[in-house]
Amino acid sequence: MTVRLIHSVVGLAITSAIVSVLMYRLGSPLAAVFELSVCSGLIPVIFITTISFTQRVSKERLRQRRRERLAKFLYLPLILIAAWLTLSHFLKIPQVDLPIPYCGPDVRVMLWGLRRLDLLGQVVILLTGVFGVVILFKEPDK
Amino acid sequence: MSVFTAQLFNHFVIFIILLLITGVYCILVSFNLVRALIGLEILIKAVTLLIILAGYLCGRTALAQAIVITIIVIEIVIMVVAGGVIFWAFKYNKTIDPRRLSNLRG
Repeated sequence: MTVRLIHSVVGLAITSAIVSVLMYRLGSPLAAVFELSVCSGLIPVIFITTISFTQRVSKERLRQRRRERLAKFLYLPLILIAAWLTLSHFLKIPQVDLPIPYCGPDVRVMLWGLRRLDLLGQVVILLTGVFGVVILFKEPDK
Repeated sequence: MSVFTAQLFNHFVIFIILLLITGVYCILVSFNLVRALIGLEILIKAVTLLIILAGYLCGRTALAQAIVITIIVIEIVIMVVAGGVIFWAFKYNKTIDPRRLSNLRG
C-alpha cells in the first residue's frame, strides 16, 4: 500500500509540473513559479511525511524493496538516452507559438493594489492553518 | 474567438476535464484518506488551470494570476491541516480507511 501511495504522490508532483508548464505557456509566469515550487515541491513532502507516519514498513522489507527497485530501473537511464537520441534524430516536433495575450495591468499592481483584500484573506487563512496545526499537535495537560 | 483560439481552448479543456475526472475518481473510489486528499489536490489543479485559461482568453492574465496565487495559499493550508487530521485519525484508530472511522457514528 505504501509504495502505491508514494507512486500516487509522485504522479501528483509530475501533474503539478505539467500544469505549471502550461501556465507558463499561457502567459502566467508568476503563477507557474508558485505552482512549481509549492504544489510540485512542498505538498508532496507533506504527503510523504503523512504517509511515513501512518504506514509502517519493516527495515528488512524496505531494504528488499530498494533492491527490487534498483534491479527494475538499472537500465532506465540507458533506455531514456537511446529514446531521446532516436526522437531527436527522427522526429521534428514543431514549436507552437501561442499568441501573446492582451496585457492589462501588471500582476504586481493587481496583487498589491486592486486585490489587496485578497492578501488580507491570505494572511487570515495562513494564521488559521497555523493555529489549526498548533491545536492538532498540542501536548495534553498532565 | 478565432479558430486558433477555439482549438487551443478545446485542447486545454480536454486536459482540464481529464484532471477533473481523475480527481473525482480518486475521491469516490479510493478508501484511503491520503488518496482522497490527492484527489482533492488534482481537482484544485484543474480549477487553477481553468482560471489561468480564462484569464488568457479574456486578456486578464494578471487578475487570473492573483486569484491563482490566493488559491495556492488556501491549498497549502488545507493540505497541512488535513495531513495533521489524518495523522491523528491514524494514531487513535490505527487505520485511515474511512469505512472504519466510525467513532462519531450516532
